[in-house]
Amino acid sequence: MMMKPMALLLASGLLLGAGVKAPAADETDANTIVERANKASYYAGKDGRAQVKMTLSDGRTREFVILRANADEGMEQKFYVYFMAPADVRKMAYLVHKRPGGLDDRWLFLPALNLVKRIAPGDKRTSFVGSDFLYEDVSGRGLEEDTHELIESSATQYVLKNTPKDSGSVKFLSYTVWIDKETFLPRKAEYLDKNGTLYRRVVATKVETIEGHPTVLETYAEDLVSGSKTVNSFSEVSYDLGLKDGLFTERFLRRPPREVTR
Amino acid sequence: MSSLSDAGVEMNGVADYRYGRRTAETEVEDDTSLNELRLQTDLLWYHDRFTAQLKGDLVYDAVAAEWDDVDLETGKGMLDLRQANLLISPLSWMDLKLGRQVLTWGAGDLVFINDLFPKDWQSFFLGRHIEYLKAPSDALFVSLFPSLVNIDIAYTPRFDSDRHVTGERLAFWNGQAIVGQDGVLVTDRPARWFEDDELAARLYRNVGGYELALYGYHGYWKSPGGMDPTTGHWLFPALAVYGASVRGPLIGGIASVEAGYYDSVDDRDGDDPFVNNSEARLLLGYEREVAQDLTMGMQYYVERMLDHDAYTDALIAIGQPTATARDEDRHTVTLRVTYLLMNQNLIMSCFTRYSPSDADAYIRPVATYRISDQWQASVGGNIFFGDDDHTFLAQFEPNNNLYASLRCSF
Repeated sequence: MMMKPMALLLASGLLLGAGVKAPAADETDANTIVERANKASYYAGKDGRAQVKMTLSDGRTREFVILRANADEGMEQKFYVYFMAPADVRKMAYLVHKRPGGLDDRWLFLPALNLVKRIAPGDKRTSFVGSDFLYEDVSGRGLEEDTHELIESSATQYVLKNTPKDSGSVKFLSYTVWIDKETFLPRKAEYLDKNGTLYRRVVATKVETIEGHPTVLETYAEDLVSGSKTVNSFSEVSYDLGLKDGLFTERFLRRPPREVTR
Repeated sequence: MSSLSDAGVEMNGVADYRYGRRTAETEVEDDTSLNELRLQTDLLWYHDRFTAQLKGDLVYDAVAAEWDDVDLETGKGMLDLRQANLLISPLSWMDLKLGRQVLTWGAGDLVFINDLFPKDWQSFFLGRHIEYLKAPSDALFVSLFPSLVNIDIAYTPRFDSDRHVTGERLAFWNGQAIVGQDGVLVTDRPARWFEDDELAARLYRNVGGYELALYGYHGYWKSPGGMDPTTGHWLFPALAVYGASVRGPLIGGIASVEAGYYDSVDDRDGDDPFVNNSEARLLLGYEREVAQDLTMGMQYYVERMLDHDAYTDALIAIGQPTATARDEDRHTVTLRVTYLLMNQNLIMSCFTRYSPSDADAYIRPVATYRISDQWQASVGGNIFFGDDDHTFLAQFEPNNNLYASLRCSF
C-alpha cells in the first residue's frame, strides 16, 4: 500500500548531519573519533529541522520534512517526518522514538484511513524508501557493532576501517570512513563485499555551516553493482527551534504541526 | 494553482479507474462487479487560525443502477464527499474538528472492536482503494491533551451507519437464503438529528512504549443488527460498547490486545430473536518483520454471544431452524503477509481470514506496482469460501471477484 515506513526515514544523520567544532588537538584513539563523529552527524543542536529531497536514478523522487529533538540527557532522540511527495505518500507522517542500544518505537500515520499504525522493528540494512540509502545510513549504525581502527591520519582527515563484530549479520566485509578533522563529519564511506571488492559508496558532497553547525547539505549513495545512485539534498535547515516534546506524539501524527506544513 | 498556494491552499488530485468481474456467474448480481472512474480533488487550507479540508470524488459508475442520484449519506451517485471539515485549536491542549471527517482508532488489522465509526464494507469487498473502507462521519471531534491522559470525544448528531452490504452490488444471506438484487434489504435507519445520535470516547496514554486505551460508545449497531417482523425492514438497534486495548513491543515485533463488551441495549436478555445478542469480543495480534522487506501479521479474534441459549430458544419459539443459527463463539484467525520487491515499487500483500468454527474463509490478495511517482497499477481479488451459505464469510461467496486498477496522482 505504501512505501516501507520504517525505511522511511530516519534521518538523522546524513539527513540532519551537522558537525561540532573540533579542538585543535589530534585525536588518535579510533573509538573516540567515531564517538565524536556520531555526535557531529546525528546530535547537532538541541533540535533541528530540514526539508529533504531524494532523487533516485530512475527519476523517482521523495520529499519530506524532518524534525529532530534530542533528549535532555542521554542519547535518546525523537523524529517526526512529514511526507510531501510523491502523491501516494503525501501527508503520511512517521514518528520515531529512538533508543540507542534498544529497539526504536515507531508509528506511521496513514491519512486516508486516519489510522495510526505501530510499525514493527525492521532490518536496519533495508533500503530507505526504495532508495540507495539504507535505514542504517540515515539513522546511524550502532558504534558497538563494529571494531574501529585508525588506518591513516592526513592533514585534514582521519581514515578509519570498521569491521563488523558479527560478520554474519551484514553483507559487507568491512567499510572505510573518511572523517574531517575540523568538523568530525564523515565525508565518505566505502563498503567492501565479502570478496573484498568495493561495491557501495556514500559521499557527502556539500557541507556548509548553518547557525554555527557544519551541516551536510548534499549527499549521495551509490550501488556500484547495479549502477544506481540516490542524491539527497537538504534545504531550509535550522537548529534550536525549541521543538516541544508534545510534538512527537500521536496528536501531531494525526494533524501535522505548523513546523512541517509551512 | 500558484495563487492558491500563495494563500496557503494545497490542491491535489487522483484519477482512479478500476474494473472488476465476478469469478463465477450468479443469478442475483451483475457479472461486472466494478467499472468506475473516480476523480478525487483534495483541497487543504493551512491558515494561521485553522485548517480546512475539502475532499470529494466525482464518480462515473457504470455498474450502479442509479448513479446520477447523489446521496451524500451513502456515497451513492456521482459525488462522494469524503471530507469537509474545519480544525481549530482553541487552547494549546485542545483540538476541535467539525464536519465531515474520517475517524479511526483501535489496535486491530481489519478487525474492529472499539472503532465504531462507519465502514464501507461494500467498497471494501468490491475492491475499491483501501481508503474507501472508512466511510466518513459527520461529527464534532474534540481532543483534549491534559498531561495525565489524552481524551478524544466524537459526537455524531445523526447516526452514521456502515455502508453495509445491501444486495444491490453484493449478495448476502438474509436469514433464509442468499439474495442479491432480487432481495435488496430495506432498512429503517435512526435518522433524527440530535436524537438518534452517537457518542464515542477514547482515553489513552503511552507508558514506556506501550499504548494503553479505554473506549466507550453509545449509539447503534453499525450494520443491520435486527429486524422488524411486521414490516420485514432491517433495523439498527441501540448498542453500547465498553472496551480497552494495549499495544506495544514484544520479542522483536508488535503485539496488541483489544477487548470489548457489546451491550445490545434492546435485547439485554438475549431472548428477542429479531435483535442481536450482547457479545464479548477479544482480539490478540502480533506482527513482525520475518525477513528483509517481508512482514507477517497474525491475529486471533473471537466473538462470543452472551445469551446464546436464550437466542436458540427464541428461534425455536418462532419456528425458525436452528441449523443456520449462529454458534455461541465465532473464532477467527487472520494472517497478513506483505512483501516489498523491486526497490519497494512492487507491493504484494495478502490478507487471509479464516474461521474454524464457521468453517469459512476470506482471502484478499493485492499487488500494487508503482510505475512512476504519478502512476500506480494494481490487481487484486476478494475470494470467499465455506461449507454453508449462512456463515459470516461464506455468505459472500457469490461475490468472489478479481479486479484491476490504474491510478494517477497529480
